Parts: sequence; structure tokens; C-alpha cells
Amino acid sequence: MDMLDKKLLRELWRLKGQILAIALVIASGVAILIMALGTYASLEESRRAYYEQNRFADVFASAKRVPRSLIASIEKLPGVLHAEARLVDAAILDIEGLAEPATAQLVSLPAYGEAKLNIPYMRAGRRPFHNRHDEVMVNAAFAEANNFSPGDGFAAIINGHKRNLTITGIAVSPEFVYAIGPGVLVPDNKRFGILWMGQEALEDDLDLEGAFNDISLRLSVSANREAVIDGLDRILEPYGGVGAFDRTDQVSDAYLEGELDQLTVTARIFPTVFLSVSAFLLNVLLSRLIRLEREQIGLLKALGYTNRAVALHYLKFALAITTIGAAIGVAAGSWLGHRVTWLYGDLFDFPTLAYHTNEAGIAIGVLVGVVAAIVGVIQPVRSAVALAPAVAMAPEAPLTYNNSILDASGLLSRLGNATRMILRHIVRWPFRSSATALGIAASLGLLISTLFFLDSIDHMFETYFVYSQRQDMTLVFAEKREPGAIREVEHMPGVMVAEPNRTVPARLRSGHLKERAGIIGLPPDSLLYRILDENTADFEIPEHGIVLSDKLADDLAVQAGDSVVVEILEENRPKRLMPVSAVTTEYIGAGAYMNIHALHRMMREGPSVSGLYLTIDKRDLNRLYDEVKETPSIAGVTLQSVAYKAAQETIAENLYIMIFFYIGFASVIAIGVAYNNARIALSERARALATLRVLGFTRFEASSILLGELAVLTVVALPVGCLFGYMLAAFMAANMATELVRIPLVITPFTYGISMLVVLLAVAASALIVRRRVDALDLISVLKTRE
Amino acid sequence: MNTPQTAQPTFEARRLSKIYPTAAGDVIALDELDLEIYRGEMIILLGPSGSGKSTLVNILGGLDRPTSGEVLFKGARLTEFDDAALTRYRRFNIGFVFQFYNLIPSLSARENVALVTEIAADPLSPEDALHLVGLEDRMDHFPAQLSGGEQQRVAVARAVAKQPAVLLCDEPTGALDAKTGIRVLEAIELINRELGTTSIVITHNASIAGMADRVISMASGRVKSVETNAHKVVASTLSW
Repeated sequence: MDMLDKKLLRELWRLKGQILAIALVIASGVAILIMALGTYASLEESRRAYYEQNRFADVFASAKRVPRSLIASIEKLPGVLHAEARLVDAAILDIEGLAEPATAQLVSLPAYGEAKLNIPYMRAGRRPFHNRHDEVMVNAAFAEANNFSPGDGFAAIINGHKRNLTITGIAVSPEFVYAIGPGVLVPDNKRFGILWMGQEALEDDLDLEGAFNDISLRLSVSANREAVIDGLDRILEPYGGVGAFDRTDQVSDAYLEGELDQLTVTARIFPTVFLSVSAFLLNVLLSRLIRLEREQIGLLKALGYTNRAVALHYLKFALAITTIGAAIGVAAGSWLGHRVTWLYGDLFDFPTLAYHTNEAGIAIGVLVGVVAAIVGVIQPVRSAVALAPAVAMAPEAPLTYNNSILDASGLLSRLGNATRMILRHIVRWPFRSSATALGIAASLGLLISTLFFLDSIDHMFETYFVYSQRQDMTLVFAEKREPGAIREVEHMPGVMVAEPNRTVPARLRSGHLKERAGIIGLPPDSLLYRILDENTADFEIPEHGIVLSDKLADDLAVQAGDSVVVEILEENRPKRLMPVSAVTTEYIGAGAYMNIHALHRMMREGPSVSGLYLTIDKRDLNRLYDEVKETPSIAGVTLQSVAYKAAQETIAENLYIMIFFYIGFASVIAIGVAYNNARIALSERARALATLRVLGFTRFEASSILLGELAVLTVVALPVGCLFGYMLAAFMAANMATELVRIPLVITPFTYGISMLVVLLAVAASALIVRRRVDALDLISVLKTRE
Repeated sequence: MNTPQTAQPTFEARRLSKIYPTAAGDVIALDELDLEIYRGEMIILLGPSGSGKSTLVNILGGLDRPTSGEVLFKGARLTEFDDAALTRYRRFNIGFVFQFYNLIPSLSARENVALVTEIAADPLSPEDALHLVGLEDRMDHFPAQLSGGEQQRVAVARAVAKQPAVLLCDEPTGALDAKTGIRVLEAIELINRELGTTSIVITHNASIAGMADRVISMASGRVKSVETNAHKVVASTLSW
């Protein structure tokens, strides 16, 4: 090892505190990058392999009743490789030990060996026999949540038939990686399941012998997706087709895709902030080191060392710190990747989901860290190279302070000397001071933009459960019913209010843009299901026209006052040009609403209901549950309080852990920045501080001058950080929105407050560590040496 | 002035020793030194490097503690002061002037002096203190805008502005040329004469000895000789 490397190692050891602080900031950035890229790659690869091996379909469509003879003509559509027709329906379940009714999606299973698409992956047991009415295979998440094993059973109402079902097997399917029931925000695996049943048995139960009501297509790579969808729609239209769609609209895949997009955003934003801060920290540390070592640099050059050798020496210094940071980052990132992938394994049902060490991700993480370091130190290294030996060996001119703007303003004359020293030092080093304030602000911003998700979700839930959907229970009928059904339900135990809705599938068009949507017809005096304006204030459904959710309006590029073509995909399939009478705020899903009477007129039908919103006297809840479980005409039931609680639990399990990590990461920045600022200020001002101590200033007074600077910069950083946090949150809200969920930009004062508190604590902790060094200043030796 | 040997001494050092343990063995900086310094005296401390001058002054100024022996300041046992008491002692009784000025670069001349007057009990105004050292025209200059001699005179003004009982100067002219050095010494002399401040000046430079009441020569941590000047000369007539 040559002498310069020896010097390097000793310098690193001498500055170990600062170096560790910077290395941890680098490590945080690298870790998040590796975690996000690795988890992304693992999820993406698991999805790809799963879809490939289990032949996930490309296009999906439902209809009322389609003769099997049409399958051949569907398969003849150009680009279609396979078509798999099946039967799908909803069912109400009565599970022992579960007071409230559960719901399920029934899916027919072609005879063994014949399934070509969406093939379930068996976890346990066997498939149900094709003609057994009492055998089902269930999805793994549902089985796990209810502690079901093959051989267990439960009761179900299938198209009005009461059945006692026995579980023969447990499986997962590429169609239901994310198995979410209708009308809920997050999966509730206890109360929603997928039931696969033999095709013959289900045909019989649904009265669909020789027919199907759902079809999936697998396309060739070169297929024209739009053309296939249009062709399929044309074939299914006479049979009650409700519009074909591809994977982007398939609920499970859309959620998965949204999660992958969010990981991409994470991989972009967080490491950028961390690595920018670490570049700045390296810049400041190396600038100071080179200033201190100016005479040594002059000497080295006088001795014949080349500029290259000097530059390399200081570059090595930066790279050594980066290497330490990257090493910690790779280890922490891999660990986090395992942990996050494991969390995803809970949320998404894959046959196998394991975190694979992602060499490319690690390489990118390390490379980005190194590039950030080099960018950070290029300027100080150049300044070392530029030093002429003779100039370098003469001591640096003393620091000049001039009458600055601060003095000219007359402000300083009214302040004490301590404050003056603090302010002049801040102004003397404008880059470092502003970068320190920005670094602390970055930490605060990260905290706010992380904690904001809790506010956002709270607001989302509040909007959904409190302002918009005020019912206690939602019932969905298997078929549309006469208004008499309202009175029937009103007579059920505990039902206080029952408000009807009429829901129809539709296609909306504006120019070349088209979207599928369910139109909900609501009575104008509806009290339970309310539509909200942009301030989440509710308003009455207008008498004419259609109300679009903001998401739909965006997708169709229309606003209130514009017109859209509305094509109902049911019964006589009316098609009208309608004005958009209002746009409503919705964070989840993308609904469309009409006045129920206007919808009846458009459908040329008398009063009828598709479902009911109920308020319930909680004392009769269990009796009501029992009755619902026995009512054949009810195909779906959602319980608001249960859905709310389940949603909160899922959020708690997943989000809190991540937020905990991010608080740690953000604190690393605050500590790294504050500690380095205070240490460098101490090294520059040791002499001044020792002088103050000699002059009779107490330890407290002397260290207040040093740490006062940090305090002032922190105070400046707080509003900047809040603004940065707001902007970061706005960016994430905009970029993490998925097809299914929009993220409202809501940040409560509590979030600002708690974030500031965390940052203040982190800064205070760093200040205390440095204060101990002020206390230990050796007064005599400091005064004996020349600056 | 003539030494009033009967009064209570400002400083009494008894068997004062300071030993620095090092890897190569103990270094004895002060070796059972005895000394008395009286109120209003102008003392010049002479001696080669390593003779213990600075160690003695640091102990007298409350910056350092002896290994053994004791120091009394106006009868109070300095060696028994705790840290906080030593800070108070420096704050109210001692003025320091160092070879390298030790001004705060971010404060102007006036503010450097005010730094001390703000925490002192009965200070001069910063303006008066700077007037004493002849810097009334340079009060709003920052250290970097002042010459070495001017900076050292600011340091003297800062040291005396609190009207300390004792002024301790460690090589105050060490970094200055003769002409500037003499201006600094004139300032110290003026303060000793006008304010009656007990002044102890460490120097390598024997030419300065003429301005002292007593010249104490040190060697190997002991007092080698003490000379009383029968005829003090004024600083302005010194040369080297």
C-alpha cells in the first residue's frame, strides 16, 4: 500500500462519524432502489411465468346466454388462438362461525384436460367432478382466511338453489391473483371467495345447458386487440354481451399493474432524493478536507506527485465512502426486498412468489450511487488539482467577512454578538448553508410525502364510507326486480330504510375514446348513496343527463356541459347522445350515474330495481343476516362496517410497516445533514469557540453559537420542507394513481406537525453529539496553533 | 512603579508543578515553582522554548490545572476551582492576548470587543477600549480588513475592556514586526499605567524587558532569576 492510501485510510478513520452518516444516506438511497427494482423484477417475473404457464387470457367478455355453437365463430376471429367459454355467476354463502353472509364468484371448470385458459394451479386436494352439484374447489386466500381444508364445507345459494358444498381442492388462478369482491376497497378473503365448480353441474344450476355466459380469449402476438374486441362485441351483442375488454381492465391484473407502477415511482423518487443529498454531503466534506489539507497538497505536488495522483487520492476518498454506503445499501436493500416481496405474497396470490436477488438491480443501485458521489466531488477535486504548489504551501488567506446585505439592512446592529456570528457565518457560506437547509427540508419532505398516504387513505375511506355511501348494507339482486321487492326487503328484520338503484352495464363514447362503465340509476331524493362534488359536498342527481366520475370524465376527455354517447349493453340496448350534467369526485372505481326515472325512460321499462341500499337497526343484525343467507333472489351483499374494518386492517398490515421504514430513512437524511453541518462548522470554528471559552463564555454559550447556526438553518428548512413535502406528495398522488384507485392529495396539520417533530428530534440528536465535542475542546492547543 | 512588597499578592504560586506524561516519559513543564506577583505590576516573563512560561500563564489564567502545588488569586485557592468557577474567574478577572490574535473573523473590531463587554461586570465601552489602543477609526472593520498589528491591538482592547484585574499576554508581538510590535506594547503599557491592571507579558524577546517592573527569567520549569528594573523605560523607546 502506498503512502497516499495509508493517509486515505487514516483520514477515513479520523472522520468516521461523518463518513458513517454520509454512507448511511447513500445506503438508504441504494437500498430503496435495490428493493424497488428487485421487488419489481420478482413480481414481474412471477406474473410473467404464471400467466404463461397457466395461460392467462388476453381478452374477456360476459353475456347473458350464448349458445355454445358460437364458440367456433369466435375462434375464427383473426388473431384468436383459443377461446374458452364458461359459466360465471355470483353466490351468497353461509359459513359456519361467520355471522354475516359471505359472497362468492362461481366459475365453471371444464373437464380435466380440456381447460385451455386461466388454468387454476392446484395447491391441495383435487378438482370437483364435472357433474357434482355439491363439490367446489376454492381459492387459497379464501381457504386460508376461513381455515378451510379439503373436506370442509359451507352452504350456498346458487341461482336460487340452496346447496351444501364440500371443498375438494384449493387452488390459485392467474385471474384472481388479487381476489377482490364487488363493492369493497381491498380484498376481504374471509367474506369473498372464488368457487370453481364442474361445468355440467353449474350449467344445470344456472339453467344454461348448451350455453355459456363468459368467454376468455388467448390472442396471437400479432393480433389486433381492438379488432378482436370489436368482433367479439358484434358476435355477443344479440346474446346480451356487456362489452369485451382486455387485461388492462381485468381487475386482478389492473391492481397488479398499479402496484408495479407504484414500485417504479418509488424507484425513481426516493433514491433521487437520497443520492442528491449524499452528493451534496460528499461535496461539503471533501471541500472542507481539501481546504484543510491545502498545504499538504502543495507539498505533495512540490515532491513531484502528479495532479492525477492528487485527484485520484480524493476521488478514492469519495469512492471509499460510497463503497461503504453501497455495501450497506445492497445488504439492506436485499433484506427489504425479501420483506416487501413477502408482504406482497400476502396481498397477491401467486403459486410461488420469492424475492430473487436481482443482479441488474444491484448493479444499477451501486452505479447510481457511484455516479452521484462523483458528481458531488468533482468540483472540490478540481479545486485540489488547480492548486499551484507554491500557492498551496502558503497558508490560506484568513477568512474574510464583509459588511454584507445583512449589515446594510441595519438588522444586525439590533442583535447580540452571538446572533451576529451565527448569521454572518451562514451568509459567508451560502452554498453550504442553503444546501444544509435544503437537505433538512428534503428529509422533512420525504417524511411528509410518506405519512401523507395515511391522510390520503383516511380521506379516501371517509369520503367513501361516510360522505358517499351512507348505507349500512348493499344488496344486489340476481335479476332486476319489480318495485315490490323493496317492500319485501323493508319487511326483513332490522331494515329501517331501503333505497333502490337500477344498475346497467354501458359503453360511453366521446369521439374516438370509449370506456365501459356501470351506470347506477339513483332516485333524486336518495339519502344513502350520495354523489360528491370536488369539495366532497354531496349534491342531488340532476334530472337529465349523465353524471360521470372525475376518472371517467378524464378518460373520455369531457367535462360538465359536454356530451357523450351512452350505449346501454342490456335488454333493448338503447343508444343516446347525452349531456354530461355534472362530474363527481370518486377515488375508487369509475362510476356513472343517472336519475333512476330518466334511466327507466331510456330503457323503456317501468319502475324496477337492481339492488337496494339499506340502513339497519344493529340490534336485529344477526336475524337479518340469517334471512339474507336464505333469500334466493339476492346475489350479492356488502356490509359497510365490515368492509371498512377489513380495509383498515389490510392497510395497517401493509402500509404501517413501510411507513416505519421510510421514517427511518428520512431520519437518516436529517441526521446525516445536520451532523455533517455541525461537524464542519466545528472544525472551522474550533478556534473561535475556544477563544470564547477562554474569554469566559460558558460551554453552553459557546456551543449555542455553533448549534445556533444549525437551529437557524433548521427553522428556515421547515417551511421549505413542508412545501417540498406537499409537492412530492402531489407528484406521487398524480403518478401512483392507477386505473382503479386515485390518491387524493390531502395532508393534515398533524402530518406536518409530526414530520417536523421527527426532523427536529433527528437534528437535535446530531447537535447533542457535536455539543459533546465542543465541551471537550482543548483550549490551549487550539489557541497555540495557527489557523 | 515600585513593588509594594507588603501588600497581599495578586498571585501566589506555591511548589507549583505541571507534568505531562508522554510515551517517551514524563515531561516536566513546571518544577515546584514558587512566585508572587503584586497588584499593578508589569511583569515580563523571559525564557527559552520549553522553559514553562506558557504553562505558568495558562495556569494563572485558569486555562489549565497544575499537577501539584497551589495557586492563590487574591488569597482564593484557584487550584480548587471547578470548571464553572474557572469560567467565571476568566470571565470577570482575566484578559488574554495571544500570539495569533484569536479574533472572531465574523465579528468587526467593535463587535469583537463587545463580545466581552456584554458579559463583563463593569466594562469600558467598546469604543473607549478601542480608543485606548488607537483604533477609533477602524472600529467597523472586520479582522480580515486589519493589519496584524491592528488585529493584535483589537485583541488587547478586547482583553482590557472588561477592566480585568490581570492582563495575560502570550508572545503578543511574536507575529509582528518591530514597529507594529511596539505599538501593541505601548497599548499594554498604557493600560497598566492608566488602569492599574496587573500585566504579565511572555516573550522570547529580551529587548522588551526594559518596560517591566520586574523581569522573571525561567528555565526548565523554575524561576532562574528575578530582576527589578530600577529605571523602567517607555515602550516607544524600545527597539529590536
